[in-house]
Amino acid sequence: MMQPASLVADDLACRRGDRVLLHGVGFALAAGDALHLAGPNGIGKSSLLRILAGLARPWAGQVRAAGAIGLLDERLPLDAHRPLGAALRFWRALDGAADSAAAFGLEDLGDVPVRYLSTGQRKRAGLACLAASGAAIWLLDEPLNGLDPQWAGVAQAAIEAHRAAGGIAVIASHQPLALDRLAVLALAGHVPVAGAD
Amino acid sequence: MPSTPRRLLLILLRDCALLLGGARGRGGATLPLLFFLAVAMLYPFGVGPDARLLARTGAGVIWIAALLAAILPLDRLIEPDVEAGLFDQWALRGLAEEAVVLVRIVAHWISFGLPLMLATPIAAALLGIAGDAVWRLELGLLIGTPGLAAIGVMIAALTAGLRAGAALGGLLLIPLAVPLLIFGAGSLQPGGESGLLLLGAASLVALALAPFAGGAAIRAGRD
Repeated sequence: MMQPASLVADDLACRRGDRVLLHGVGFALAAGDALHLAGPNGIGKSSLLRILAGLARPWAGQVRAAGAIGLLDERLPLDAHRPLGAALRFWRALDGAADSAAAFGLEDLGDVPVRYLSTGQRKRAGLACLAASGAAIWLLDEPLNGLDPQWAGVAQAAIEAHRAAGGIAVIASHQPLALDRLAVLALAGHVPVAGAD
Repeated sequence: MPSTPRRLLLILLRDCALLLGGARGRGGATLPLLFFLAVAMLYPFGVGPDARLLARTGAGVIWIAALLAAILPLDRLIEPDVEAGLFDQWALRGLAEEAVVLVRIVAHWISFGLPLMLATPIAAALLGIAGDAVWRLELGLLIGTPGLAAIGVMIAALTAGLRAGAALGGLLLIPLAVPLLIFGAGSLQPGGESGLLLLGAASLVALALAPFAGGAAIRAGRD
């Protein structure tokens, strides 16, 4: 069903104001690979994910992706006032996807307005959206934040299932990840732009 | 995966439900409508009950009321969806911002232009406008409100994410909407029929430009 996915980053740099957050970031991921982006707060992990998604331009370098990209970040793309079931149905209809709510324990929350969901429930709703999107490349920003150990295990199992089906996962996280064959990219400190100030 | 027109239709249905949806959505279509009727109701109190004066100036008042009512929903048109990352998700799914903005213009017109046209006979009665003039007024609104909706969505996209964006949006809308006001109100003056053609031209220009300006604004707002 999925085309062979790949995600290649060449010598990426990201600049915020007069600081270069990241520079010389490069990797190549093929179908079934997973990459853990590690590093302290503010190092530019979320910015890097947005660059990989094609939503932001890198300051230098380039990204080549084969396969549809799905992004899960701290924002939940569901209408806050609508019941969770209706909000998830909108994305399912848009993606022509099967129901993934049960896999994340959301089937009993269908009538609850999205704005009443807890942090962990919001994260699970985001994961359900992403899993239903059919994207081959998953970009996940702190996917385990707010999840209890049980659901953290379910989320990681979903990532493994996605990889087994030929998908790619790039995960920015402070939590330890129990994933098979996980590559880790530790992002180092920023450098000031020469000639700035 | 559904085809692009089908996905845009799904977004249109969702936008309409949200913009029309009263307190459960984002304020809904009722507030601009009540505002529009309130202006039409207050005007006779302000200038007195002289029927001839009201009938002569009433069309202009209705157009001003429509323009001001168009400002009310501005901050809810684009900003919440940019905040919640919906525009990012649509972009990742290969839907152009321009197409989504065009869909939003249609939804905005359905939730604001159509109710305004339905309320216009009431407003016209309050201002002593009768007979043929009501039909010409409705025809003018039918031609002009899509342009007003296009300008509103474009400005909502430009001011999304700015502090005080709502107030700024109102100020920005007024000069851009002046041509619509002049030709719309002017078409009801004696011998002003050609105003309808110019109103249609101004409306079409706004409709043609707004999706591209709005789409570019949303993309620029990402960096």
